[in-house]
Amino acid sequence: MKVELSSEKVKSDFVKKVEELSGQNILSCYQCGKCSAGCPSSYAMDLLPSQVIRMVQLGLQDEIVNSKTVWLCASCLTCSVRCPRGVDIAAIFEALRLVVTRDKDKLNYVEPSEITAEQLEELPQIALISNFRKFTG
Amino acid sequence: MKLFYYPGCTVKTKAKNLEASALAAMKELDIELVEVASWNCCGTVFGMSTDDLLHQLAPLRNLLRVKEQGGDKVVTMCSMCYNTLKRANHLIRTDEEKKKLLVDFMSEEPVHYEGEVEVLHLLEVLRDVVGFEKLKEKVKVPLQGLKLDPYYGCMLTRPQEIGLDNLENPTILEDFLVALGAEVIKDPMKTECCGSYHTVNAVEVVVERGYGILNSAVKKGADAMVLSCPLCDYNMDHRQREIVKKYVDFTGIPIFYFTQLLAIALGLETSVNHFDLNYVDPLPLLKKRNFVA
Ligand code: SF4
Ligand code: SF4
Repeated sequence: MKVELSSEKVKSDFVKKVEELSGQNILSCYQCGKCSAGCPSSYAMDLLPSQVIRMVQLGLQDEIVNSKTVWLCASCLTCSVRCPRGVDIAAIFEALRLVVTRDKDKLNYVEPSEITAEQLEELPQIALISNFRKFTG
Repeated sequence: MKLFYYPGCTVKTKAKNLEASALAAMKELDIELVEVASWNCCGTVFGMSTDDLLHQLAPLRNLLRVKEQGGDKVVTMCSMCYNTLKRANHLIRTDEEKKKLLVDFMSEEPVHYEGEVEVLHLLEVLRDVVGFEKLKEKVKVPLQGLKLDPYYGCMLTRPQEIGLDNLENPTILEDFLVALGAEVIKDPMKTECCGSYHTVNAVEVVVERGYGILNSAVKKGADAMVLSCPLCDYNMDHRQREIVKKYVDFTGIPIFYFTQLLAIALGLETSVNHFDLNYVDPLPLLKKRNFVA
């Protein structure tokens, strides 16, 4: 993947926002890859969790927003409890989702009004509420 | 002994088989679970972002209700409620600044809460209040010869502050099942995620996960899987409908709530288990092994 690096991106508001929302110091990550190794969703991700963290360090907002990774994360916390640097990766992914879902120009990732009557009847409430909490603004 | 319990939305509806079996079994163990009055939905997931205090109100209100009603402990049986309530309680206990913001926000309903209420999962009550040794003595129908695969999922044990058991290798379910007389399968998939809320918008993810986790149990010779979370239950049990369609080698395996096996081992009426709400019917297995008539 070809990306363009610049000091503006590294020092951008995007990086600050993600650090603020997640309460994490993004530079703590030393790219060991342990988070990616244990992630149960990584098989389906276009960017591995550790790659997304690296991209946040570099301020690559567009690349992250266009990737499926944070939308495939199930907030299972496997990565967060294993990171040797104590980085709460799941919280960083939550922050990344919020950057998108809180943007008034962007659509919800899941649109509650499109949930069918059949799904409403069948699915447990905890599935629906947690899904909307993660995927709508 | 009386203990307050917080049911949560799913336990009251789709997972009545969890609630009814839990209440009946605990009564048999001389613990009366009293439903907290005026509870509300906990929000199902803990808000992980630092500015998302609005989503801490729902769990805080529930903890307040417990305190107002004179409780110092609240028991949950749904892993998601447990996780959300316990983490919100931890936030109140450890973050003065956020607590103050929450209290100020709730100025119309006076909040006197410092995190005094202890959030417990029913498995903790069985381990720490009843005690597995004592439980063993109360078993009337030992689950002898039944090979069970314990499944923890995520929310029962993670993150660190939950502190229910070891993060990488919890054993509370195994210890519980051994007390009931069952044989326990060692399964490295026991703390793998079921796919959680993706069951709404990405069923294929849950089918993949479910197949991996269930197939591991079957390959290791499990007769059934045991769990505590109604979302894991939906994904492991009800999604077998989709899993058997995609993977022809997989023929299905019954899934129990831990409380259903507790009720059976205590010799309670089968009807308290509401097996009609289980997708894969566990009765043929139980009848074949003479655990129920
Ligand atoms: S486990 Fe932690 S330090 Fe290692 S790559 Fe992931 S975030 Fe970085
Ligand atoms: S929390 Fe998300 S990124 Fe981390 S291991 Fe789980 S699915 Fe992967």
